[in-house]
Amino acid sequence: MSTVVLLTFTGLGLGALYFLVASGLSLIFGLMDVLNFAHGALLSVGAYGTWWAASGHLPGAGSGGAGFVLAVVFGTAVGTVSAVVLELAVIRPLYTRPREQILATVGVGLAVPALLSAIWGSDARPFPGPKALSGTFAVLGAEVPLNRTVLIGAALAVLGALKLFLSRTRHGLVVRAGVEDRAMVTALGIDVRKAFTLVFAIGGAAAALGGALGGLYFGSVDPEQGTSLLIFAFVVVVTGGMGSLTGAALASVAVGLVQQFANYYTTAGLGDLAVVVLLAALLLVRPRGLTGRLA
Amino acid sequence: MTTATQPRGRSRTAGHPLDTRSRRLRRATRWWPALLLVALFTVPYSALPLPGLLDGPIGGPGNLQLLALCLLFGGLATGYDLLLGRTGLLSFGHALYFAAGTYVTNTVMLEAGLPFAASALLGLLAGAALSALLGAVSLRVSGIGFSMVTLAFAQAASILVQRDPGGVTGGEEGRAAPADRLPAALVGIEHTANLYWIALAYLVVVLAVVHRAVRSPVGRVWEGIKENERRVEVLGLRPYGFKLLAFVLAGTLAALGGLVYLLLTGGATPQTTTSDFTLSLLVMVVLGGSGSRWGPTVGGVLYTWADHRLTDLAGSDTVAGLPAVVRVPLSQPLFLLGALFVAVIYLLPGGVARLPARLRAARPSPAAAEREEVPAP
Repeated sequence: MSTVVLLTFTGLGLGALYFLVASGLSLIFGLMDVLNFAHGALLSVGAYGTWWAASGHLPGAGSGGAGFVLAVVFGTAVGTVSAVVLELAVIRPLYTRPREQILATVGVGLAVPALLSAIWGSDARPFPGPKALSGTFAVLGAEVPLNRTVLIGAALAVLGALKLFLSRTRHGLVVRAGVEDRAMVTALGIDVRKAFTLVFAIGGAAAALGGALGGLYFGSVDPEQGTSLLIFAFVVVVTGGMGSLTGAALASVAVGLVQQFANYYTTAGLGDLAVVVLLAALLLVRPRGLTGRLA
Repeated sequence: MTTATQPRGRSRTAGHPLDTRSRRLRRATRWWPALLLVALFTVPYSALPLPGLLDGPIGGPGNLQLLALCLLFGGLATGYDLLLGRTGLLSFGHALYFAAGTYVTNTVMLEAGLPFAASALLGLLAGAALSALLGAVSLRVSGIGFSMVTLAFAQAASILVQRDPGGVTGGEEGRAAPADRLPAALVGIEHTANLYWIALAYLVVVLAVVHRAVRSPVGRVWEGIKENERRVEVLGLRPYGFKLLAFVLAGTLAALGGLVYLLLTGGATPQTTTSDFTLSLLVMVVLGGSGSRWGPTVGGVLYTWADHRLTDLAGSDTVAGLPAVVRVPLSQPLFLLGALFVAVIYLLPGGVARLPARLRAARPSPAAAEREEVPAP
């Protein structure tokens, strides 16, 4: 029983990490039809930003208490700014060439991790986390690491905030309408391009937050972390139905749990395999994903 | 290229005699691929140094190995462009079929003890069968869904290879090819020239197959699918079969490339199964010019050469002495290649292959081009 509880929490923690990456990916794809291969790079930027600040380079930030919160805020801010710069400088000039947009993000996705490893080395760096989060707590006889709950909490908070934003604000309305039918929104005289930048900023912030908290989950940061998470985030986005936030949330929980349980009960590595095979099977049965959104 | 434009510019005004001259010139310049092939064929006999481009004489074993890799990736990129540039299919799983050629051949040699020729045939068949099977499945979804399913299959295979089931694939280290099973003429540093010729032959085969295929009636349907799949359907053709044919052909060519890679590097490495490998193919194709005859080849050669040379450069003393702002980006070839790739997308739509046409178009007028002293802006 305790194993099942531990695996569930670990799977949910991993799922939360996937959701933080996939939510932005899904919104960006839904609105702009851009599959953002640089999203993993944004996660790495957030992770390195937080690591840099928490290692004592940023005055006021540190590895414990309020200092760590500041470090996470700093990492998220750096990720958000990078995402906005990416959209304005790389994506925006290519609006009329959709395939080139994807290719340009591929280039950025290759270049940014390489730059990170050029500056800080390609080896994993230990991630300084607050002592309060390194402990465990007991649930149903299982000792669950606290950082899992932090990730789950953050993912739930992001999901709630995004839901509120999409349903209650005017900008959210524009984003939702843009996902449904971009041409129609433009025809109504609304500048969708502002929404593009906004969605990139939101996606970048979520991914960078994922990177910052992923550092806690993995205990270290390395330049390739984002890229390896990105593939599973793609799986989540496609499984959930592109452009659907609820779908991404459901799919990330499913993917995280399947991966953890299969990795534990069969041989390690088989869980990763199971996830991609499930994706292929699902796409063949339901080409539009779980929620029936257009793929 | 100036020789080709010069007479054309004047022939409009001057008339007949020059027209025949231009035609003769053009007929002569049409044979440049054959001349290039002869030049490439004689490279192992040459001791010509290319300072800056290569270290030492061009016919040295190290340089031959690098040139062979360049040619191999030129061919591989050309095969990949059959999907991307000719049929409009964005596959993220092309590494899988390349790796199938490498791994199946190597594993059959190691485990079953078959000679190289039989193993190579099996490897090639495995690549063809795998691409037929997985292509048939993934082509049931279109657009970005197709890209994702191909990515998923390739990723699954990559995980499987790195998991090393039963010690067959060698896990993260890969496995060296058994030297006693390979023909003696293909083993050892003194036989690098043979490997170079094999790589050259591979490139020629791929170029010929792709050239023939895209000119055939099937190739025209591919072009139609790329431009507008719905219209092809309206014309009464089922795109599925045509797309599958392109997928299998590209997969088989990739498996053949995998065989050459096995010979060249003397083993199978899991790096060739990763999605990064497919992405680098994508970069090569776009760098050179997707959908053009020579573009992907040029892109593959350039990328492979730049990757190796930049890696050498990153480890050299000159770079170590530079200030940090310059040294740090230079130490990672992938950063430079990624940045170069983004720059090409912006500044050179259509890749390197479109460069001559763009330069020609940028010249002010045919008369000015004729005088030659006006440089292209």
